Amino acid sequence: MAHVLASGMGGIRTAGDLVARMQLHRKMRLPQAKAYVAEKLRVGIDDLSDVVLMRELREDLDIGVVTAMPGAARGLAAKARIERLLGIEIASVRMLRAKLEAEL
Amino acid sequence: MTTHRIRMGDGRVEARSSDELRADILAGTEDAADRGRIPALTEQERDYLFDLFAFRGRIVGVEPGHEVVLTDDGVAGSLWTDQGDSGVGVPVSREQAIRLFERAFGFDTAELGHPDYSYKPVKPVVANEQQCMESVLLSTIIPVYYGAMPNLATYARPDGPFGNPSDLMPLGRIADARAAQLEAAEACTRDMIYVGKKMAAAGADGLNFDTTASAGDAEFLATLQAIEELAASTHLSIQVGMAAEFVLGMHGEVEFRGERLAGLYPHQQVKLVEKAGASVFGPVVNTNTRKSGPWNVARAVTFVKACSEAASIPIHANVGMGVGGVPMCETPPVDAVTRASAAMVEIGRVDGL
Repeated sequence: MAHVLASGMGGIRTAGDLVARMQLHRKMRLPQAKAYVAEKLRVGIDDLSDVVLMRELREDLDIGVVTAMPGAARGLAAKARIERLLGIEIASVRMLRAKLEAEL
Repeated sequence: MTTHRIRMGDGRVEARSSDELRADILAGTEDAADRGRIPALTEQERDYLFDLFAFRGRIVGVEPGHEVVLTDDGVAGSLWTDQGDSGVGVPVSREQAIRLFERAFGFDTAELGHPDYSYKPVKPVVANEQQCMESVLLSTIIPVYYGAMPNLATYARPDGPFGNPSDLMPLGRIADARAAQLEAAEACTRDMIYVGKKMAAAGADGLNFDTTASAGDAEFLATLQAIEELAASTHLSIQVGMAAEFVLGMHGEVEFRGERLAGLYPHQQVKLVEKAGASVFGPVVNTNTRKSGPWNVARAVTFVKACSEAASIPIHANVGMGVGGVPMCETPPVDAVTRASAAMVEIGRVDGL
């Protein structure tokens, strides 16, 4: 928790999960990952960790918000939208697609 | 005379004058520079550390806009596990714990781990781990790793089937000790690949090898070989967290791609981890409990800065109990943790913690 307060991006409160995905999926160093996500979100790099701005933007994009809002995308639905937003493939979403497309 | 409240490496509070504080910082960075044959911190960087430790507030942080990504080693388990895992014993499920870390605590990623947090004991119950991972992935948005330790020592007698180098070496049976380590490493690699592929099939975003090389160079080899196979055959993002700043030469002669593993420091370890195909590297610098927090942080940041400069993949420094400049005590104090945290970001240039 100390790290969250001192240095952490803030996860789905901000764009922390999105920047993390670019590190994991594309092995991007932090500046590159932030630049990539900022471009996709059409915000400045410093905006990525702004909880006020990102809360609204995440709701507009419906990519998962930290408060429990009925109707907001969560879990796999949010990740499916994040896939499209960032141009990456998320394994759990891929597996859902495979299940949905498989014959009965 | 102004005195500064600092923590020692074991968490005790002591006082330092300004001159003593500066001397500790200098001595810490010079120790790392000497051991690792890397540059010491600049005067400007040492001044930053001085200001960090001289600041009288409890909590410090990075500048806005400098925030980094947080990964962990199954820290959601700290809600429901016992003291042995630094847990607080609140009876929530693993699925609930991870959702709390995503939603209530603002973590950027999460990790699912078994209470017996090593690959060998996970192998026979991997189906249970898979179904839990699948359940977690249904409801989470942040990336989720599966994590465990290579823990080569569990393959040696009496816990495992192979000879124990700790028994063989005092008897002078060096060749037997080396052979036992390589046999155990082969089995360890097989188990880690098996579990990794099962987690890939469950849809995990990544796999974490925690405390890598805790049993020395043979364990490091086992892990690198597992990474090679998993990076080539699965979608998993692979994170490697080390056990110590220095790879112990328990075997002494094992190599990976022509490089001897014994004696490697973080800026050298990361290059092999990259070659194997990992996505994230977590360097470790062990805390010296007899030295001050400023000494330990200066030393840790010096090693990590060199590692970050050498790396082409993201660096997520380990900054927890007893590592990364944080005191070795059961409840790491926030004043110490936030100072180590900020220093790692602002001076160490890490991509995450």
